[in-house]
Amino acid sequence: MTLGDQLAVEVSGLVKTFGKTRAVDGVDLMVPAGGVYGVLGPNGAGKTTTIRVLATLLAPDGGTARVLGHDVVREADAVRSRVSLTGQFASLDEDLSGTENLILLARLQGYGRSDAKKRAADLLGAFDLTEAAGRQVKTYSGGMRRRIDIAASIVVTPDLLFLDEPTTGLDPRSRSQVWDIVRALVAGGTTVLLTTQYLDEADQLADRIAVIEHGKVIAEGTSGELKAKVGGGALHVRLRDAAQRPEAARLLTAALGVPVTLESDPVALSVAVSDAEPVPAGLAELTRAGVRVSEFALGQPSLDEVFFALTGHPAGDDDAADDQPLTGKSKREAKKAAKKAKEHAA
Amino acid sequence: MTTTTTPAASDLLKPEPAPVPADLVGERLSAVLASRTRPPKPSALSACGTFGWRALLKIKHVPEQLFDVTAFPVMMTLMFTYLFGGALADSPKDYLQFFLPGTLVSTIAMITMYTGLGLNNDIKKGVFDRIKALPVWRPAALVGMMLGDVVRYSGAGLLVIALGLALGFRPDGGAIGVVLAMLVLLLFSFSLAWVWNIFGMVLRTPESVLGVSMMVLFPLTFGSNIYVDPSTMPGWLQAFVDVNPISHVVTAVRGLMHDTVTAGQLGWVFLWCAILNVIFAPITMRLYNRR
Repeated sequence: MTLGDQLAVEVSGLVKTFGKTRAVDGVDLMVPAGGVYGVLGPNGAGKTTTIRVLATLLAPDGGTARVLGHDVVREADAVRSRVSLTGQFASLDEDLSGTENLILLARLQGYGRSDAKKRAADLLGAFDLTEAAGRQVKTYSGGMRRRIDIAASIVVTPDLLFLDEPTTGLDPRSRSQVWDIVRALVAGGTTVLLTTQYLDEADQLADRIAVIEHGKVIAEGTSGELKAKVGGGALHVRLRDAAQRPEAARLLTAALGVPVTLESDPVALSVAVSDAEPVPAGLAELTRAGVRVSEFALGQPSLDEVFFALTGHPAGDDDAADDQPLTGKSKREAKKAAKKAKEHAA
Repeated sequence: MTTTTTPAASDLLKPEPAPVPADLVGERLSAVLASRTRPPKPSALSACGTFGWRALLKIKHVPEQLFDVTAFPVMMTLMFTYLFGGALADSPKDYLQFFLPGTLVSTIAMITMYTGLGLNNDIKKGVFDRIKALPVWRPAALVGMMLGDVVRYSGAGLLVIALGLALGFRPDGGAIGVVLAMLVLLLFSFSLAWVWNIFGMVLRTPESVLGVSMMVLFPLTFGSNIYVDPSTMPGWLQAFVDVNPISHVVTAVRGLMHDTVTAGQLGWVFLWCAILNVIFAPITMRLYNRR
């Protein structure tokens, strides 16, 4: 076996520009076959553009990209027959029912009439959509839409599946359903390349993660490696009384041995901790000194913290740099997603 | 009823059933994924047929879209026959013999615009991303959609002809002449639709697609021999009417229906169909493949 056989995606110096915007500005990626590869970045980082180039929907302006050993420009048809893309926004015919959409795609991929019907029914069953099979896709809820979108991508089981922000805008339950689906896909032997704005999603699913910003990969590695770079997580503490904050900051600095960040909220402070072990003792110090804590949380670093650690500045939320002009609907959705991402980071 | 429900409202009304436990999802999914069948690539014809089927399904699910295909022709035929019939010819009935083939052409030419509109919607909604990522014969998506639309054109055509017969239209060419006229017209409409496809791909919103298409089509239909005999027009306008492809189609359709057609008249129509296909189909495909 040569190295090429083990790599699902091999990207080198990829460039894609839209007018003056360099949406993808020299991306290098090596995605091993099998498992989940996460591409993490804020809106407008170039994630979607990269994925669209890899799925042969956009032609690169520079660099090379090979998918499953085939060049995405010169051997586009060979790539198309082995990969599948689930875009950020539902890409099914909303006027047609779930069954009709899947039959349509099955027929276009060479299934006979009755085989296509059977495949559609099987897929709808596997994705828990049998009840909604006859309804128009436009009546589906967000979670159902995501599921039928993924089902549509595996009508012919692909060797490589691109999932563009599969859980953006979903409620927690639908989100965990999508995660289960991704895990099942990988168990079935499909390589999944997913983009996400959520660190915990990349952490939950991905074997390796590339962090991308302004069209460039700024860090790459396993989630453990990235966390080591970022410094583990953060302890967030909220006090009942803002007057006690200086005291609390002094005590925590002494107990944890790292400087404390005073947040803009006058009762909140946070400490970057690489190790959870001394945290209980630090909190106990506060109680002993009579500092009243209303809540505390020890969490993974947020996307913002990751970016801050890697680049020294918070993640840019630059919609203007994102792909082609968005339509009214997708703009709304993108805004919603951006808001969600912010809430998530908070 | 579900057609008018917005997704947001249906979310509230119909909560999703309780989720299936994760391990069960996994099990059923693995069964689905286990099928690593990779059927052979469908033939170009089969792919076109599938896309045509999709166009027909859209009529089934959104029958409202047939409203303008049916109401508009009926309105135009009645209005012109009775408003202007007496003034333009001796009587509405006399005018109808001249006017009906023309209104048939203008009706269907108008409907061809909706092909570009549908394409524009597909692109905006992201459906085309999925279709373009499939390894099928590239023009199939467009050709199939246009063939599906031919069914709509036929429906509208039959309606106009039926209405005409009811009002007193009596074609000398008989049933065969009418059928042949319809076939010639469908061929031309299919060829003309390539033009609107280009607008559908180049322009950003459905409104602008409709606006621009209208601006092209309006002078073409009115600056023709549909409504009146061009001999009353000023010379420069007659010159335009003479080269207008719509005039050539109207002449041929009229000729076939009244059994007065000449090979030359038909030749002009076929020439225009060839020109439209040879020029606009490749441009459309170029735009479609641009990425």
